[in-house]
Amino acid sequence: MIRVEHVSKTFYVPQEVKALDDVSCEIDKGEVVVIIGPSGSGKSTLLRCLNRLEFADSGHIYIDGIDVLSPRTDINKLRAEVGMVFQSFNLFPHKTVLENITLAQLVVRKRKKEEAVEKAMFLLEKVGIPEKADAYPDQLSGGQQQRVAIARALAMDPKIMLFDEPTSALDPEMIGEVLDVMKTLAREGMTMVVVTHEMGFAREVADRVIFMDHGKIVEEGTPEHFFTNPIHERTKLFLSQIL
Amino acid sequence: MGAQGGCKNLKMTANKAKKHSYPHYYLWICVFWGVIALGIIVLYVSTLKIEYVWRWYRVPQYFLYKASIEIRSDIDGDVKSIKSEGGQIIVKIEGPSGSETYKVKGKGDVRVSEGDHVFTGDVIATYQKWKPGILLYGLYTTLKVSIIGIIFGIIIGLVAGLARISENPAFKWWSIIYIEIIRGSPLLVQIFIWYFVLGTLINTILAREGLQQLPPLYYGIASLAFFAGAYVAEIVRAGIQSIHRGQMEAARSLGMSYAQAMRYVILPQAFRRILPPLAGQFISLIKDSSLLGIIAIRELTKATREVVTTSLQPFELWFVCALLYLILTFGLSMLMQYLERRMIVS
Repeated sequence: MIRVEHVSKTFYVPQEVKALDDVSCEIDKGEVVVIIGPSGSGKSTLLRCLNRLEFADSGHIYIDGIDVLSPRTDINKLRAEVGMVFQSFNLFPHKTVLENITLAQLVVRKRKKEEAVEKAMFLLEKVGIPEKADAYPDQLSGGQQQRVAIARALAMDPKIMLFDEPTSALDPEMIGEVLDVMKTLAREGMTMVVVTHEMGFAREVADRVIFMDHGKIVEEGTPEHFFTNPIHERTKLFLSQIL
Repeated sequence: MGAQGGCKNLKMTANKAKKHSYPHYYLWICVFWGVIALGIIVLYVSTLKIEYVWRWYRVPQYFLYKASIEIRSDIDGDVKSIKSEGGQIIVKIEGPSGSETYKVKGKGDVRVSEGDHVFTGDVIATYQKWKPGILLYGLYTTLKVSIIGIIFGIIIGLVAGLARISENPAFKWWSIIYIEIIRGSPLLVQIFIWYFVLGTLINTILAREGLQQLPPLYYGIASLAFFAGAYVAEIVRAGIQSIHRGQMEAARSLGMSYAQAMRYVILPQAFRRILPPLAGQFISLIKDSSLLGIIAIRELTKATREVVTTSLQPFELWFVCALLYLILTFGLSMLMQYLERRMIVS
């Protein structure tokens, strides 16, 4: 489903950093992959390269056989198939919850208004806050906002969902409600790539865990292997620091 | 938004409390009004010293005046009949080459009687009519120039602002050059260039092609619109850049194109933020329109100058002129505040 081949990316601002250094990996349909690693290890950059929010300097990325980095690829069409959830939610503050979820359906998918609203209400039901449909984002708690953001991404019927530290900006008591939604999604067979620090989630839901450091994939494997007997020293050190 | 309203209330009550706790509060209020009154008295006394005679009663006629209008005969002939009908007088003239009927409204003064012989061009009757004076015309011109200038200023500013943040080097550099040239040179000089350089060019070419020439008003409005547009562009740019880049990323990640993201997500949010600076810019534009008098556009300032030379009452008229500008700018700022409040509520 997703194939990443020798991807590198260097940032020059504020200083020169090699965010991704010859990264290759593959993610199958229906797989839930959790990427962990210390901050600055390039895990978010990898995720953002997948839907070209960051443009990789070299290498190839294929999603469903489509070359993401090719200038001939209709990137808007591709992005509509790849949902993304951000650390800072990024809901549209001037629109109600319902409008947040229907906007892209209307202008990108060209759905009819009733159809879009129906879809939005179905998804709000699914993430557990149908009563907030007419509220504005700033009237919601962080956890509720993130659940709306997930619903907004799901409204496009994506084939893949990318989560960029979806719980890092949340108060501890709200992390659970967002993770629950993500677990449901995983159980339903959604292909998911999740950058997170939630080790409990990784252990419980992930099919595979990827550990990154300094722009490289250091180690990958099943959660069981990963958390019980990691091979690399760097992985052991990281796990000992956070667990 | 609820929180914002609450915050405002809190601030207001805090201010109130502060007011009354300020030492000798009412004394200072008296000082405030006293100084203003003193200023007016000093001004008035000094005008008396130079023997200026205030004649405020002369001002209203430049807004509205009673014009005496003459009705003249178009044909040679005899006055057949003069009848009063439904508040107006009907004069019928019959001549060898046909007949004409003239209606005199209201309290008209008919100068002929039945049986009189009239020649073409003879005055049949006169009547009084209220007509707008030079100042009212000037006010109207200023208003017209400002409104059209603002509308085009918004359009030009929006385009230039979007070009300014575009990654396309041509658009970006055109926009930068435009903004820098306009902001770096005096409006007065720009008006001269619009009228005496571009205006001469365009009008000469139009004349050669046998087309009608454009009046100075067009060049005046163009100079104001392009002048305001450069500032609006910078305001638009700042407004767009003040929107967190996560908004653009979220919109793009949903598959929206750059244009769609701008239109549905970024610009509506930016617009709320740029309303206050935009209001300031438009108030400037209204005031700057006073420069257009130099290219023979009879806006409020030019009209006042003309009236001053005929009435010889400069003191009253310049105060009136300033007051009229104040009414325009204050009205605009009220309108913008209303818009702002409406946007916060929605």
